[in-house]
Amino acid sequence: MTSPAEHTRLQAVDGPFFGDFGGRYVPEALVAALDGLTEAYDKAKVDPEFHAEIERLGRDYTGRPSIITEAPRFAKHAGGARILLKREDLNHTGSHKINNVLGQALLTKRIGKTRVIAETGAGQHGVATATAAALLDLECVVYMGEEDTERQALNVARMRLLGAEVVPVTSGSRTLRDAINEAYRDWVANVDTTNYIFGTAAGPHPFPTIVRDLQRVIGAEAREQMVALGGLPDAALACVGGGSNAIGLFDGFLDDPEVRLIGCEAAGDGVETGRHAATLTAGRPGVLHGSKSVILQDGEGQTVPSHSISAGLDYPGVGPEHAWLQAIGRAEYWPITDSEAMQAFALLTRTEGIMPAIESAHALAGAIKLGKELGPDATLLVNLSGRGDKDVEQAARWFGLHPEDDA
Amino acid sequence: MSALTAAIDAAKAQGRAALIGYLPSGFPNAATSHRALRAIIEAGVDIVEIGPPYTDPVLDGPVIQQATAAALASGVTMADTYAAVSVVRDAGAVPVVMSYYNLMLQRGLDTFARELVDAGAAGVIAPDVTPDAAPEWVEAADAAGLDHVYLVAPSTTAERLALTAQASSGFVYAASLMGVTGERASVGEAAERLVADVRAAGAERVCVGLGVSTGEHAAQVARYADGVIVGTALVKCLFDEDEDAAIAAITEKARELRRGVEGHVEAHA
Repeated sequence: MTSPAEHTRLQAVDGPFFGDFGGRYVPEALVAALDGLTEAYDKAKVDPEFHAEIERLGRDYTGRPSIITEAPRFAKHAGGARILLKREDLNHTGSHKINNVLGQALLTKRIGKTRVIAETGAGQHGVATATAAALLDLECVVYMGEEDTERQALNVARMRLLGAEVVPVTSGSRTLRDAINEAYRDWVANVDTTNYIFGTAAGPHPFPTIVRDLQRVIGAEAREQMVALGGLPDAALACVGGGSNAIGLFDGFLDDPEVRLIGCEAAGDGVETGRHAATLTAGRPGVLHGSKSVILQDGEGQTVPSHSISAGLDYPGVGPEHAWLQAIGRAEYWPITDSEAMQAFALLTRTEGIMPAIESAHALAGAIKLGKELGPDATLLVNLSGRGDKDVEQAARWFGLHPEDDA
Repeated sequence: MSALTAAIDAAKAQGRAALIGYLPSGFPNAATSHRALRAIIEAGVDIVEIGPPYTDPVLDGPVIQQATAAALASGVTMADTYAAVSVVRDAGAVPVVMSYYNLMLQRGLDTFARELVDAGAAGVIAPDVTPDAAPEWVEAADAAGLDHVYLVAPSTTAERLALTAQASSGFVYAASLMGVTGERASVGEAAERLVADVRAAGAERVCVGLGVSTGEHAAQVARYADGVIVGTALVKCLFDEDEDAAIAAITEKARELRRGVEGHVEAHA
């Protein structure tokens, strides 16, 4: 039991429910697997060997701790605020996704399964899963919306080179949402041999808790690093699709009420156009992909297709812990348009020589807005969740710099 | 006794299993789908599951996905499901609705239950939610006098078989295999064992679905289950663009299945 003091700590809240959100709304066929996973995870959580292995892989394989980089030339365009970047982009495989995947792959070994499946949007989670599968000798199948395989062709090749099978999903919106549906269908049919390595802090219990716990390292490191650099930031910003990098960062500061937590959602062409993925800005409570959260849906409960230049944020749902943090007023969620994100992408690249993932550029755009609002006395911490290598072609086309544009 | 249990018991009294057919509402269009419903009922289907189309049907295979996506694209709403329910009732069969949970939730569980009863439905099958996850649905259905059918799968533990048997009314839906809807070459071997286990756990009526596609399958399942559930094999017939041909095909399929549940197995060519 937690003590009364412990009880008031937001960080101590675990699933299945975060306030009214979370739970486990799944077909009976998957219940045994989710129960098994919950049980295995509860054991692993209190097993020092499990933690030692995660720490060892983090240090010797991923390259943890990730550094903090100050971005002074970028900050000049953000009201002169002090801007610090948590460099998850420097992790092995290029994003925060590896933190989660290594833990879940170790868990897969513990429950004696030999095959893993994953969904992926931008390809970052798929690449990370294919990498962990190669490292730990697991068979790996990645489901990816056909539209995303086109937007992120390079990542498809990376996964295949790593030995994974990539299955383009042609149903529905042909993006992340349908990749998840297809992964579920695979899981129901192959649950005896297969573990589903879920990529974000959403889905049925225990995924939101497992993914949050495995990404918690981002916020824990960042908090320590900030204290060493002179104190806690005024705000911590991260992009939110399903919300795993954001929850990982926010977790470290949940019980520091003086730190504003700001999640930057993909507003696509603008929330008012209806072509966006700003779930917490424009969604309503409902059940999608196994948990109760906020989703983009019509009056009847049909999921509405989302739109974003960023495949990794192009999702009409969001993790239940974010829905709860919004409901209790602990975190704010801001819509950032494609064009705001791409301006921030270009700005960081040109001023600091750091090319962010388009996903992470949404958080940078949020920092520009907030910096202008708060001025030079503010200190802002931005989670640079991924690197932009995968986005070079798309960015080049956006800015008219693609070699084909010369023709 | 509900209309659903009465239909299953009536079939049993005739020395056969009940035949349960599934069709999505509004596919390929309202008029044809109503014609198809009447045709399969005339051919001997006892109970009809109407499926309101949903954007994220995680338990459906490609055929039903394609049908429900087409229905959604043509603007089908919950009102079409209610209309189909009434068509089934008026044709003399027992209508139940097989709905993904978010559609029920957004309608409001109490409202949904009441509206269904008004339309003539006898029960609801919620494939993507378990009774322990949403006890509020059991309450809403009970208040409206609607049966609440839940699924068990070959992976279901003994403890959960008991829980599900206890929480289900009407019948328990036994999934013959681990997987999504769709035709299969044979019925999963796990089905017979699962039916025995869920009966032992307290279920009075158990019907088997998933992968049951032919008269032969139906006859096989009818030997140990109270009802045989067929979806994809029927839905597939409605992809024929010639409406009369589609109706002829679905009628023939329903007859074949009816002969199956009666124990008449025809040899395959």
